[in-house]
Amino acid sequence: MSTREFQVIPRVDVDGTAVDGEQLEISMGPQHPSTHGVFRMDLKLDGERVARLKPVFGYLHRNHEKIGESTTYLGSMPYTDRLDYFCSLTNNWAYALAVEKLAGLQAPERAEYIRVITAELTRLQNHASLAGFLLQDMGASGTPLMYAFREREKILDLFESLTGARMMCNYMRFGGCRCDLPAGWILEARGVVERFPRFLDEFQALLDGNEILMSRTQGVGVLPAALAVNAGITGPMLRASGVNYDLRKVDRYGIYDRFSFKVPIGDHGDVYDRYMVRVLEMRESLKILDQALRDIPDGPILDPKAKLRGFRPKPGEAYGRIESPKGELGFYLISDGSPNPYRYRVRPPSFINLTLLEDLCLGHQVADVVVILGSVDIVLGEVDR
Amino acid sequence: MESLEQIKIWTETAVAGARLQLVTNPGPSGQHSLLVDNDHAAAVARFFLEDARLRLDYASNVTGIDWPEAVLQEKRKVKQTIEGVEREIEETIERRRPGFLEVVYHLYSMALKQGPVILRLRTGDRGAQARLPSLTPIWRGAEFQEREVFDLFGVVFEGHPDLRRILMWDGFKDFPMRKDYAPPQESGAGREPAQ
Repeated sequence: MSTREFQVIPRVDVDGTAVDGEQLEISMGPQHPSTHGVFRMDLKLDGERVARLKPVFGYLHRNHEKIGESTTYLGSMPYTDRLDYFCSLTNNWAYALAVEKLAGLQAPERAEYIRVITAELTRLQNHASLAGFLLQDMGASGTPLMYAFREREKILDLFESLTGARMMCNYMRFGGCRCDLPAGWILEARGVVERFPRFLDEFQALLDGNEILMSRTQGVGVLPAALAVNAGITGPMLRASGVNYDLRKVDRYGIYDRFSFKVPIGDHGDVYDRYMVRVLEMRESLKILDQALRDIPDGPILDPKAKLRGFRPKPGEAYGRIESPKGELGFYLISDGSPNPYRYRVRPPSFINLTLLEDLCLGHQVADVVVILGSVDIVLGEVDR
Repeated sequence: MESLEQIKIWTETAVAGARLQLVTNPGPSGQHSLLVDNDHAAAVARFFLEDARLRLDYASNVTGIDWPEAVLQEKRKVKQTIEGVEREIEETIERRRPGFLEVVYHLYSMALKQGPVILRLRTGDRGAQARLPSLTPIWRGAEFQEREVFDLFGVVFEGHPDLRRILMWDGFKDFPMRKDYAPPQESGAGREPAQ
């Protein structure tokens, strides 16, 4: 914990209310390792218990939306990689989907398959890393995270051979994808998908019933379903609270209606359920990958109507959204007929999922705040934009 | 999902005095929206949330749009009699549109798995009248997003529980997402002078 601002508050608070006992005001972050970036929480502690928590954002703010409005539509594509830098391919997809709605484009079948394959691989490596980070935050120093990163590396190798970059992929285009799969890529991907369950089996055998994990996470940071819906929480965090809402099933964007997979739902809405929902989602992603890698057809990868240069959608607006690994990632675009969007808006899931951080942490200890924040799954590149 | 015309009729029946206006979207996405008057915005939002046919329990995306004052050109056909012959002439009319800020809510129903219904609110101008009722008491999901609109566009949300800047620092003066925002020329400009 940062001791930069560590002061005993007088008996009477600044707003005149009497303070019961001694309360400590602590500024946790922005360089605290548990924040996974530059993020700060203003805590007020009553003993060890959290009495108030105010998240402070903006350390990584660069006004992504303004930059998006002063460049061309395609010019923003590589910049979407930098939002949630763990999941550049799903960011690309969400943006491409919104622009396709705006301009009336349709990606060909092969491109849709490639999008599903890359998005589900992204989900695998995001959830594996998140599980690793969460356990790291709980004091399982090193091992689970390194196991997860070993698997992530294999998926990043696939991304590199497909797009040329491990993390900043810049791969999707409006109406398709940038380049076709290289020779032998599907075979490589199949190998990764076939070997992944062995890692998951080992990971789960070591951790699911682990006493420390259970006592640190069960009953901690409980999020009731009704509150989660009202606060716009999405993704695994929402489903861990027992709400069955997965955009792959609800919107059936792309070709998700062709695959058979289940949506894991939690019971209690605590940190353990959020961990478990992600582990089970990885199993479902593997099912989708199996089917997609088996069925992918030959064909073009770009809509012939798509224009890379001189792209000017007709005036209008569109909101496109996908189920990114962190929740609902949406792009809202307004075109005035010029080469730049008039309005370019990112609906960032991990920013909105932080709405309830204070509610989840109140009454818990500082050490639990670290675990609860870890279970939200934030990336500051997306939170601050 | 019912058509917006139907939703408009339901809403105007249920919320006395509410005036809704259909805003059509000329683009291929077909996402049209409903413009609601500010006095009844909270009541309309409450109706959207509670009505059994709509159950719009999830405010997904909340964002602002800046529309500065502009001169719009409209073409229309007029009949004129020139030298005794009646002709149809296309005439360009210039219309001044006063500036305003707009806030857009993309609403979905998680319970009924339907949506979106797009709700728009408009401020009176871009200065003193840039005030709107906050919908955070109805959808908590709007809390941070309305703060962001306040921070970057300068819309004051009345009834918001915690309206502070969220991405820019507290001493910052301007609203960076407005179209006429000029970035500071030298580093440090825009900050409050050190005291």
